[in-house]
Amino acid sequence: MTVASTLALILVVLLLSVAAWTVVARQTFAAVVGFVAYGLLLSIAWVALSAVDVALTEAAIGSGLTGVLLIGASARLRVTEAAASPERPGALLRGLGALASAMVAGGIAASVLSLPEPAPTLAPAVAEHLPSIGLGNAVTVVLLAYRGIDTLLESIVVVFALIGVWSLAPDRVWGGYPGPRQYADPNGILAYLGRVLPPIGIIVGVYIFWVGADLPGGKFQGATILAAMWLLGMMAGLADAPPISRTWLRILLVAGPLLFIAIGFAGALTAGAVLAYPDGYAKLLIKVIEAALMPTLTLTLALLVAGRPERTARG
Amino acid sequence: MNVPTLFGLCAAALVGLGLYGVLTNPQPLRKLLAFNLIGNGVFLFFGVIARRGAAAGFAGDPVPHGLLITGIVVAFSASALAVALLLRLFQATGSATLTGDAPTRAEADDRDV
Repeated sequence: MTVASTLALILVVLLLSVAAWTVVARQTFAAVVGFVAYGLLLSIAWVALSAVDVALTEAAIGSGLTGVLLIGASARLRVTEAAASPERPGALLRGLGALASAMVAGGIAASVLSLPEPAPTLAPAVAEHLPSIGLGNAVTVVLLAYRGIDTLLESIVVVFALIGVWSLAPDRVWGGYPGPRQYADPNGILAYLGRVLPPIGIIVGVYIFWVGADLPGGKFQGATILAAMWLLGMMAGLADAPPISRTWLRILLVAGPLLFIAIGFAGALTAGAVLAYPDGYAKLLIKVIEAALMPTLTLTLALLVAGRPERTARG
Repeated sequence: MNVPTLFGLCAAALVGLGLYGVLTNPQPLRKLLAFNLIGNGVFLFFGVIARRGAAAGFAGDPVPHGLLITGIVVAFSASALAVALLLRLFQATGSATLTGDAPTRAEADDRDV
C-alpha cells in the first residue's frame, strides 16, 4: 500500500466517522458542529481528488456558509428538540431504514466498482478550445464558456431561492430587516474578530476572485468569503443587513444575471450563437460577467443566511 | 485499491448514512443535515468520475468540476430555503414537527418581533 492510498484510507475513515456522528448525535447543535468539521475533511478529500476549485467551494460554501446557516437554525429550534424524541421510530423501523440505506449504498458501491474502462472524459475537448478563450483555469472556462448556460441558470436560481426566503415574511415586516437583531458583547471576542478579520478577508476574497482566471478560485469562492466577512460583522452587531425594500439592493441582486443574459444574447448577433463570445473578446467578456456577478452573489449568499425579514423597516 | 475507487466507496457510504438519517430522524433540521450528506455523496461520486477522466494534461476532467461547483452553490441555496421554511413553521405553530396534527396558532404574525 502506498503512502497516498494509506493517507486516503485514514481520511475516508475520519470522514465517515464524523458523518455517522452527525446522523446519530443526540443534540442537533453537536451534530451541526460535526457537520462543519466533516465539511473541512471533505475539502481535503477534494484536494486528494485533484479538484482544488471544488475544494475551495466546499470549504467556503458546503462547510462554511451551510454550517453558519445550520448552527443558527439549531440554536433557534433547540426548544423543539425534546418534543421530537417520542416521534423517533422504533427499533424495527430503524432496522428496516438501515437495511434500505445499506442496500442503496451497496448498489452505488457496486456501480463504483464497475465503472467503464477507459473512463469517458471531456478533458481533451476542453484542452482543444482553451487557447481560444485565453484563460489558464480550465474550470473557469467550463463555467463561463463551455457550460455557460449552467452558470447563468445557477446565478438566477440563487436569486430565486432568496425571493423564496423573503416571501416567507409575514405582511407586517415585509420590506424590513432580515433576521433577528444581533447583540454581542462590544468588548467580546466576536466583536474583536468582527473588526480584525474583515479587512484581511476582503482582500483574500477579492484575490481569490481575481486569480480565478488562471489559478484555482473564482467568483463563487471569492463572493462566499466576502459574504462571510459581512455575516461576521452582522453577528458581532457591528453591521446590519439592509431592509429588503431598498431599491439599490434589488438592482444589485438582478444586475449580475441580467448582464450575463444581455452578453449571452449579444453573442447570437456577434458570434453566431447564444452565450458564445466573439473571437478575441472571450477573456474580456468573461471577466466583465464575473465582475458583475460578484456583488450579486455576495449579497445573495449573505442574505440567504440572514434569512427572511423579521423586523420592520423602521427598526 | 486505488485512491479514486476508495473515495467512490466512501461516496456510496455517505449516501447510505444520509439516507438512514433522512428516514429515521424525526427532526426536520436533522433530516436536512442528513440530506446534505446524500448530496455530498453524489458530488463525491461525480468527483471520482472526474478524477478518472484525467487526460490532456489535466489532473481531472474540468467539465464535472465546473458542474460540481454549480451543484454545491445550488445545494446551499436549497438548504437556505429549507431552513427558512422550517423557521417559519416554528414561528407559526410553535413546534417544528412534521406530523400532521401539529397545533396551529391563528395569530402567527403577532408572535413576530
